[in-house]
Amino acid sequence: MKELSLNILDIAENSVRAGATLIEISLTEQDKVLTIVIRDNGCGMSRETLERVENPFYTTRTTRSVGLGIPLYKLAAEQTGGSVTISSIQECEDAEQHGTTVTAVFHTAHIDCAPLGDMVSTVCTLIHGSPRIDFVYTHTAPGLAVSLDTREIRAVLGEEIPLDSFEVMQWIQESLKEQYHQI
Amino acid sequence: MKSLEELAAIRDKMKSTVLLREGHNDIRIVVGMATCGIAAGARPVLNAFVEEVNSQGVADKATVTQTGCIGICKYEPVVEVYESGKEKVTYVHMTPEKAKRVVAEHIKGGRVVEEYTIGSAK
Repeated sequence: MKELSLNILDIAENSVRAGATLIEISLTEQDKVLTIVIRDNGCGMSRETLERVENPFYTTRTTRSVGLGIPLYKLAAEQTGGSVTISSIQECEDAEQHGTTVTAVFHTAHIDCAPLGDMVSTVCTLIHGSPRIDFVYTHTAPGLAVSLDTREIRAVLGEEIPLDSFEVMQWIQESLKEQYHQI
Repeated sequence: MKSLEELAAIRDKMKSTVLLREGHNDIRIVVGMATCGIAAGARPVLNAFVEEVNSQGVADKATVTQTGCIGICKYEPVVEVYESGKEKVTYVHMTPEKAKRVVAEHIKGGRVVEEYTIGSAK
């Protein structure tokens, strides 16, 4: 993966597959430390699965027996002196509070820290791919405060207009770009 | 700053066209977006298809969707085109530039871009 934003896209896809209805992605940068939290309210994982997800030879996919999403993310973080930690509560353990949280820490001044890359594209790709799921995205750094909540957008659009309509996706993309001072 | 009022205007404009659009999307463009696809560059390919389908005016007959691993990771980015009554077409090693041509020739013109298909890949 050339950019961390691609890792984030990849990891968030796991939340989609876990049946989440809400996925929160938050990026916080302070004192050369970037913390990325991806939290979902999906089905969660058992303790056994949780122990195996960092193994590249474990995967949920059926087309092949190798799963590199989490190992690549872990590598990207650890090569900067950072870390990836995963916590999860299964639906059968707690019917209300279930879900998975993946927290990654990157030391951005480290020479091996990959660039964050195009987060606007990652957020738009996620919404386009799962227009029925709600996404809450925040990115805070000195001089930067980006936020997007699809629940607010959905409230304006009503039930008839899907989030993945071209015009809506364009609005979302431009809104994010504006907040990133790209326009 | 993009306002929610602007979004409401988009909603009102779209409500009048939504009924016309339904039922006409008989071509499905499916982009593989698993770890393998993403690492190989599927994200800009997906965005190019979304852009081109709209800018080339074929949004009424084609939709762009995402899927997981298609199973032929060494050919990523992989894009499949499904059309009712026709055989599936699998495009491999896709790029945003190739996407533009596939929309123009295949989706719009009805001619498969043979040189990008898996049958032509070495």
